[in-house]
Amino acid sequence: MNPYELSIAQARKELDNGTLSSRELTTSCLDRIKAVDDTIKSFLLVTEEEALQQADAADKAIAAGETAPLCGIPLAIKDLLCTKGVTTTCGSKILENFVPPYDATVIKKLKNEGAVLLGKASMDEFAMGSTSENCAFAIPDNPWKEDYVAGGSSGGSASSVAAMECLGSLGSDTGGSIRQPASLCGVVGIKPTYGRVSRYGLVAFASSLDQIGPLNRDVTDAAMMMNAISGYDPRDSTSVKQDVPDFTASLTKGMEGMKVGIPAEYFTDGLDADVAKVVENGIRIFKDAGAEIVDITLPHTEYCVAVYYLIAPAEASSNLARYDGVAYGYRAEDPESLEDMYRRTRSEAFGDEVKRRILIGTYALSSGYYDAYYKKASQVRTLILQDFQKAYESCDVIVSPVTPTPAWKKGTHAGDPLALYLSDILTISANLAGIPGISVPGGFSSDGLPIGIQLQGAHFREDVLFKAAYNLELGTGLANKCPEL
Amino acid sequence: MNITVEEVEHVAKLAKLNLSKEELSTFPGQLDSILGYAAKLDELDTEGVVPTTHAFSNQNAFREDEKKESLPRNKALANGPNENGEAFVVPKIL
Repeated sequence: MNPYELSIAQARKELDNGTLSSRELTTSCLDRIKAVDDTIKSFLLVTEEEALQQADAADKAIAAGETAPLCGIPLAIKDLLCTKGVTTTCGSKILENFVPPYDATVIKKLKNEGAVLLGKASMDEFAMGSTSENCAFAIPDNPWKEDYVAGGSSGGSASSVAAMECLGSLGSDTGGSIRQPASLCGVVGIKPTYGRVSRYGLVAFASSLDQIGPLNRDVTDAAMMMNAISGYDPRDSTSVKQDVPDFTASLTKGMEGMKVGIPAEYFTDGLDADVAKVVENGIRIFKDAGAEIVDITLPHTEYCVAVYYLIAPAEASSNLARYDGVAYGYRAEDPESLEDMYRRTRSEAFGDEVKRRILIGTYALSSGYYDAYYKKASQVRTLILQDFQKAYESCDVIVSPVTPTPAWKKGTHAGDPLALYLSDILTISANLAGIPGISVPGGFSSDGLPIGIQLQGAHFREDVLFKAAYNLELGTGLANKCPEL
Repeated sequence: MNITVEEVEHVAKLAKLNLSKEELSTFPGQLDSILGYAAKLDELDTEGVVPTTHAFSNQNAFREDEKKESLPRNKALANGPNENGEAFVVPKIL
């Protein structure tokens, strides 16, 4: 077995036993990247030298008995998390040469544990997209099928884990951007409760929806990474002072006493037959594990795409106003005036999807339209949140598909943004309501593409999600299942 | 709805974007279909519903007013596309 094939938990044991060094493990991942990344294109930047230095430091720490759960573990980082001294592009030409002078809080936490950072993973520009095809630099491939999308926006974070280029990664999720690529690439991906993980140093897209989380090859690894990155941070005024339990303690067999809710609204006619079959199998696994299955209703589900595609662009149009060519990033050449500099800088360096969302957001917030669009959407957001609050009175966890279909061929939705937006319908609600959600590999389509199962929990009940996810994984037997490359 | 080229140009001006001819031919139709879809929300009566801006409502997050280390000037300027060692340089405003 090659070291890069190990799960984090397996590698942890070997590192602590002394049967494997972090340098060996890191080298194994770097060699794997060299072998497969020309086709998979998970990485925008590989920081080989820094990674090997971090690996050596980890080996020293382990030898001195100063180990931590992620010490010496090689990880990939979505390229919208600020890494001190390492270029952070957000998949955009406008940040092509941006070198952050500080680390995001989650990066600091990983470094404090002695983790090894292999490089920066590909993504849709400013995390806007569902396929990573909006990246200005490199578009990842789905490791399960050539020329198919890896999903997005955290496409490179998912493909790097599935292609075994790293042992785990960090992504971010604003409307499904961790869970959807995790599902399409057959890995585990969790979007924590809003406020659970600090957003300090995350390049902002839609601040009331963005949340950072891990992608992994099994549920245990995801729990280990959540342990490392969770917690209140005074530098993020929206992070919440809430105790962080040891999430690995939730990984126990049996679901007696747990109620699993099935929302009728998530199982509509548009659902692919293979996806429906995989989720039905998941429900059977829960039943066999002792859970009680209950029908629930989330009546405002059909409005979530409309709400999201007003609120997220509105927040984005405001957040992205900072890219003006003054203090960092791209600047248009030879501007005639300040106004000319602003306009040409933004026009030359933002991609189509980013421009489209800035325009939608600016429109929805502009004079005369604010009440009809932004305010109305924010009111319906309340109704969606109330749906979940009511649902969790009768169940502990909600099970559903992650996406209506498995992965599709690249270029499928070119020129029709709305069609692609509609594929986000099953993941968006969790962001609007701020609840945690996880995608766990559930099975495969008839042509061999992975299909995930989504579990959603109540605010700050990631422990419940992990317990259900672990039991699902035991039932499917898909832990650490990766494609042959 | 029917979003016109003029409306898109107006919004682009507010957002400090220049749009190419090609963009002006595709964006109005795309925006029209997206915002037209959003009109679905009108089906719902939201009279008296309090808007949610943050799912997990925090109170104001105050901190002590303490002196802390900040970024040295050279580091703050390091990413500037045009700087003179003291400040970012931009085209003349006055």
